[in-house]
Amino acid sequence: MSGMNKQGRPTGVGELGDAGRKTFTGNRGLAQEELLIFERDSGACGVDLDEPNAFEDRLGGNRRKGSVGLPGLSEPDVMRHYVRLSQKNYAIDAGLYPLGSCTMKHNPRLNEKIARLPGFADVHPLQPTKTAQGALELIELVAHWLKVLTGMPAVAMSPKAGAHGELCGMMAIHAALEARGEGDTRTRVLVPESAHGTNPATAALLGYTVDSIPATEDGRVDVAAFKAKLGPDVAAIMLTNPNTCGLFEKDIKEIADALHDVGGYFYCDGANFNAIVGRVRPGDLGVDAMHINLHKTFSTPHGGGGPGAGPVVLSDALAPFAPLPWIIERNGRLKFADVPEQVEEVGGSSFGRMTAFHGQMGMFLRAAAYMLSHGSDGLRQAAEDAVLSANYVLASLKDTMSAPFEGPCMHEALFDDAFLKDTGVETLDFAKAMIDEGYHPMTMYFPLVVHGAMLVEPTESESKASLDLFIDTLADLAKSAKQGEVDRFSGAPYLAPMRRLDETQAARKPVLTWSPPAPAQAAE
Amino acid sequence: MRYLPLTEPDRQAMLARIGAGSIDDLFVDVPQEARREGLVDLPTRQGELEVERFLGAMAAKNTPAGSVPFFVGGGAYKHHVPATVDHLIQRSEFLTAYTPYQPEISQGTLQYLFEFQTQVAMLTGMDVANASMYDGSTACGEAVLMAHRITRKKKAVLSGSLHPHYRAVVENLSDFAGYEIDPGAPVFDGTEDIIARIDDETSCVVVQNPDFFGNVRDLRAIADAAHAKKALLIVAFTEVVSLGLVTPPGDMGADIVVGEGQSIGNALNFGGPYVGLFAAKQKYVRQMPGRLCGETVDAEGKRGFVLTLSTREQHIRREKATSNICTNSGLCCLAFTIHLSLLGEEGFGRLARINHANAVKLADQLDTIEGVDVVTPTFFNEFTIRTSKNARDLIDEMADKGVLAGVRVSRLWPGEDSLDDLVAVASTEVNTDADRAAFAAALKEVLS
Repeated sequence: MSGMNKQGRPTGVGELGDAGRKTFTGNRGLAQEELLIFERDSGACGVDLDEPNAFEDRLGGNRRKGSVGLPGLSEPDVMRHYVRLSQKNYAIDAGLYPLGSCTMKHNPRLNEKIARLPGFADVHPLQPTKTAQGALELIELVAHWLKVLTGMPAVAMSPKAGAHGELCGMMAIHAALEARGEGDTRTRVLVPESAHGTNPATAALLGYTVDSIPATEDGRVDVAAFKAKLGPDVAAIMLTNPNTCGLFEKDIKEIADALHDVGGYFYCDGANFNAIVGRVRPGDLGVDAMHINLHKTFSTPHGGGGPGAGPVVLSDALAPFAPLPWIIERNGRLKFADVPEQVEEVGGSSFGRMTAFHGQMGMFLRAAAYMLSHGSDGLRQAAEDAVLSANYVLASLKDTMSAPFEGPCMHEALFDDAFLKDTGVETLDFAKAMIDEGYHPMTMYFPLVVHGAMLVEPTESESKASLDLFIDTLADLAKSAKQGEVDRFSGAPYLAPMRRLDETQAARKPVLTWSPPAPAQAAE
Repeated sequence: MRYLPLTEPDRQAMLARIGAGSIDDLFVDVPQEARREGLVDLPTRQGELEVERFLGAMAAKNTPAGSVPFFVGGGAYKHHVPATVDHLIQRSEFLTAYTPYQPEISQGTLQYLFEFQTQVAMLTGMDVANASMYDGSTACGEAVLMAHRITRKKKAVLSGSLHPHYRAVVENLSDFAGYEIDPGAPVFDGTEDIIARIDDETSCVVVQNPDFFGNVRDLRAIADAAHAKKALLIVAFTEVVSLGLVTPPGDMGADIVVGEGQSIGNALNFGGPYVGLFAAKQKYVRQMPGRLCGETVDAEGKRGFVLTLSTREQHIRREKATSNICTNSGLCCLAFTIHLSLLGEEGFGRLARINHANAVKLADQLDTIEGVDVVTPTFFNEFTIRTSKNARDLIDEMADKGVLAGVRVSRLWPGEDSLDDLVAVASTEVNTDADRAAFAAALKEVLS
């Protein structure tokens, strides 16, 4: 036993050296490089399927010739590929994600569990409705909660995302105007300068002329300018409330009344409904249609950019025009009214169908689990905590950074770039330096009405300790910028998986798909 | 409330820093008459156990596809999804990230989107694909609008055998935007003559392949006829697995290809969320709707990926954007791309052959039953039968016997009397010999 290492495993810290050293693999400890899946082709297969016995095909001579070109990998290699990719992403589960207007709140895993119950996930949209009564009940349950929370009499459940919901609401408005015989004469839609880009894009898709309304010094719609634009050719206003500056539109009732007086409809962009749930009902503000982003207000996961869900609540004036399908009750059983004739039997006059089947069921389930978990009391508390946290950030940083508007704000704290004047640091640099500090940046350069905007939405999911560290970090960055430490910003991020990416090159010569290397290169 | 980290002392300390006396002081901008003092009329908070119990009871009222012999298709299909897929898409870094606006800390999402685009282009035989749309039907609607932008014409000629929901979505968008459509009448046996309807005003021809009834067709003559009139050919599909065995649309002259990707990686989910696939020829890329991910390099020259060509999109172009779409089906396209990576060339082709083989076996078996005719001469994994009984009663009685037999065609085409006795039947890799025997036995009983 004399050869045994009696010293054991060294427990010291080793030599201090160059932390920026190059490695042979390009990996840096836990940060692994990863090729494209096509470059990992090993000819293996990640599933075991038996080849069927020989048979005569029924393809009428239309059988694929040649291969697809897909790479072959075993299951462990596929697992490793995607796990490594995942490690290159920031996520709300890993840290504060203050992306204003996007509402990156906690995504409870109970929601995921419910959405995967075979009794919901493994149900086909066209199987006989008598074998899917629970699924229809679930849609009715979510519809009920949305109607009560918004104080609106009807809801269209099928829109697939917020922008799809906007389209739905504006289609209902157009259909209502046509029914009044004013479909051709009301051609103008009023949209505030601070609106989300989807608002003007939606109005334009339906052939409306978009007329922009200016903002006032206090970040709200200029009511006088709005009234000056009213006339018999106005179809609607598309107004976000709370607005994109994170402020409640104080004059919203006056706006709604003036609009209704001239025969227009009020489309409310409900992206920010999460700030007022349980405290304010849009139905009490004169709203005719409003979409609700289930991923914002009701915590369905953002999933790297979707899928969303955008149910639209509707006023009595617009409800008859709601899109197909409707859920109706017949002989104690729920069923779909799938075509206009079936809707007419119950007094409706649907404008048509927006999507196959009946909406984002998987998202309704997650929203239902969230609603039931919170209850009326928890939802109100969540809205209050979101507003409280945003105001706490605003109050703590308004003198260190710079805020264009006086508080109180709603669920978002808006800063501008005045505090960076003459520092050589821009909003983009400031945001990229946050990455090195372990934060996802806030929304930048939106809303457009504020110079170098930084829109912070902490949400109700952060503890006070988390908010305090975030505030201290931004204060330190602001101080650093003012002291001329430009290096901390100009090259940032230094510590992320990638340095800044060249977006100009990507757009100039778009490479949108992988191509196999040319044979000559492959032989090298 | 278990999801809310702030404690009451925290809230008081925060209000003090803000200089507010109470939370009500932060809602002062709300008009007095709209402020609600009490709680809305809904139940109060519940624990996990209670929520699970309540929703679990609701789920128990449904018949899951996996619990019975199951042959329902019509635009959504029951397939087996490997366990790896659902595990990976639930990783926090994928599930709880947002749109990759900060590419330095979003390369995971961006790289899989780039891989997804490549896979979709490969499957469809097209040059480029986007990062997905809401579903196949909305992708189809957007494709028609795109064709109008390219051709500067306003009329879409639709195959009568296009999925009725897809037709309805195109119809609805066209109505509102002031465009014309020629919808065509349903033809269940693959003999539709669409070429006769193409004229100089035609902007695009939309054909589904395999069509709603299941027919697999050679579209090259339609492509030529469309191109001769300076119109585009849009090919739609609802069963993406068919692309493993059927000639891809790109090889038949398609200009734009749209389809439903649910079959790969995604559950039935009672209709959504699904994943819309959208591919086109390279020359039309700047007219495409939706998100696109492109390759570039970072400041150190390292390969990376970013969202690109955003000058087409609403957040930059506002009312001049190519579409109002602001999202994609992120997590559903991740599920799609992982499942397809597991399948690979070998697995994907074999999966398609198994689907076709199962459908052929079932069709042959049903065709021998008295009162049953298979009316689609060609098909992939879905075909249409005519029976001697009204389809509504047939489906209903089959369900009572524990077999979910297919889609009653008249459910999607109400008022078309000629379709009242037709049922579309789908068979995938999940169906066993026992399932087919149960189907045949129940059908015989119902028809006797």
